[in-house]
Amino acid sequence: MNPLKLFLFELQEISFLIWRAFVGLSRKPRYWGETVRQMDLIGVGSLPIVLLTGFFTGGVLILQTFPTLQYYSIQNEAGRSVATSLVRELGPVLTALMVSGRIGSAISAELGSMVVSQQIDAMRALGTDPTKKLVSPRLLALIFMLPLLTVAADIFGIIGGAVVATSLFNQDLNVFITSVRNGITTEDLVGGIIKPLFFGLIIGSIACFKGLSTTGGTVGVGRSTTSAVVLSSIVVIIFDFFLSKAIASILDIGHI
Amino acid sequence: MLASELEQPEITITESEMAPTADIQEAVDEPDRILPAIEFRDVHLSFDDKKILNGVSFTVRRGETKIILGRSGGGKSTTIRLVLGLLKPDSGQILIDGEDITHYTEEEMMRVRQKIGMVFQEGALFDSLSVYENVAYRLIEQGVDAETTEKEVRRMLRFVDLEDAIDKMPSELSGGMRRRVGIARALVGDPTIVMFDEPTAGLDPPTARTICELAIKLRDLEDVSSIFVTHEMNNLEYLSSEYATVNEDGEVVYEMEGEKICLINTEVLMLRDGQVIFSGKDEQLRKTEDQYIRKFIRGK
Repeated sequence: MNPLKLFLFELQEISFLIWRAFVGLSRKPRYWGETVRQMDLIGVGSLPIVLLTGFFTGGVLILQTFPTLQYYSIQNEAGRSVATSLVRELGPVLTALMVSGRIGSAISAELGSMVVSQQIDAMRALGTDPTKKLVSPRLLALIFMLPLLTVAADIFGIIGGAVVATSLFNQDLNVFITSVRNGITTEDLVGGIIKPLFFGLIIGSIACFKGLSTTGGTVGVGRSTTSAVVLSSIVVIIFDFFLSKAIASILDIGHI
Repeated sequence: MLASELEQPEITITESEMAPTADIQEAVDEPDRILPAIEFRDVHLSFDDKKILNGVSFTVRRGETKIILGRSGGGKSTTIRLVLGLLKPDSGQILIDGEDITHYTEEEMMRVRQKIGMVFQEGALFDSLSVYENVAYRLIEQGVDAETTEKEVRRMLRFVDLEDAIDKMPSELSGGMRRRVGIARALVGDPTIVMFDEPTAGLDPPTARTICELAIKLRDLEDVSSIFVTHEMNNLEYLSSEYATVNEDGEVVYEMEGEKICLINTEVLMLRDGQVIFSGKDEQLRKTEDQYIRKFIRGK
């Protein structure tokens, strides 16, 4: 199969998978318990790495931009620069990339192992729809938890920026906080929460699709896991561009 | 179903004399029994350019065990995956209890699968669930209450002689125990049809024998129709020459067919490159002049 055909085929299969996962939610049995378990695994489990990433990203942003801002004597706007960057772009994208690496790989490996050990066939043979039982809860959990993780990353990023600005550049904390408050608009916050909803769907659907289409034994599991992480990371970054443009137009942010 | 149950045991009956009488008697007693449990009609299936099944036709009667023999890659496992609707044929018809399932959707197949049990090659137990949860899986999904579920799970684990392992995880079980748990899981809900996909592959002879005994017990005491996919001649020997019965003490015993009894509920089907090259009794298989079959049976 040539690459274009393969791409279109995979796109079609992923779309069907998403459709079946959401249609499945309207029919019994519904796996709420499994959904909550996945939320715990994805949300609470990813919190430490997301907070660390957010904190140090905020810190390094101030570290790199503060001297430039100081050169132009606008260092009082440091808080605005870090908050805007984090809330609009870096928070959602970095969180999605971290979750893609941690959760996307785990989902793909788990489902892939189940395929090669015939557990998915066994599930179907026992009268259970694997899409409803395995895909729907993971997709829902990712769509629900990713915005929350992003908000946590944003907050810790701003804290990280504040720590660096006050400790390394001796900026007054009140100046930093005022700058942050003046810099972030409601549209920024709304846009920053809409993005992870889509990123969650992208990571979940690609990871589940790659896992469920695993072939070739344990080597195949490794292959699907790698391609799930790589593909979802690339798609998140590409999608971010178009989503940013769409959100800017719809919410009239006007800076992009 | 044994010949002894249908005719006077003192009379020696040959296989050819026995079959029509039994069928007529069955049809009178239970008209539904005349309907095959599984029927394949000219089934074709290809993956890319490779033909996996090429015009396969056969029937499995109620209470009958069909042993499917053949080399690896000959289409044996594919056949039972088709019965379960895990794969769809390119052409031909597949009937379960007279119901044409060929073009059933996944949702329609869920209902049909309720009456089919499947024993996978490596057991295919859910790693994250205990033995109890694995065996109870179908009942939990159906929302059966906890008390009934536990009763049923224990009954099934007793059937495979593994009640002591109820709280263990699959990783703590040996290969043979995993297969037996797989059988218990497949039998929950009392399916009328059971598929065995090379259940003895890689097992030591005594454990393989135990698995075959379970299949014999299902066939003779539970009236289950089954397809037993294998490439091991020992399995064929056990399944086609022994039967299970209950002695005066209520224990299940296995006896050899002999002068008095001839098993009519076990047939052999041999596949080669997706085509049926033999269908009949094991005695006929052993007498065949076909070089491929002779080589398969004797290993040289």
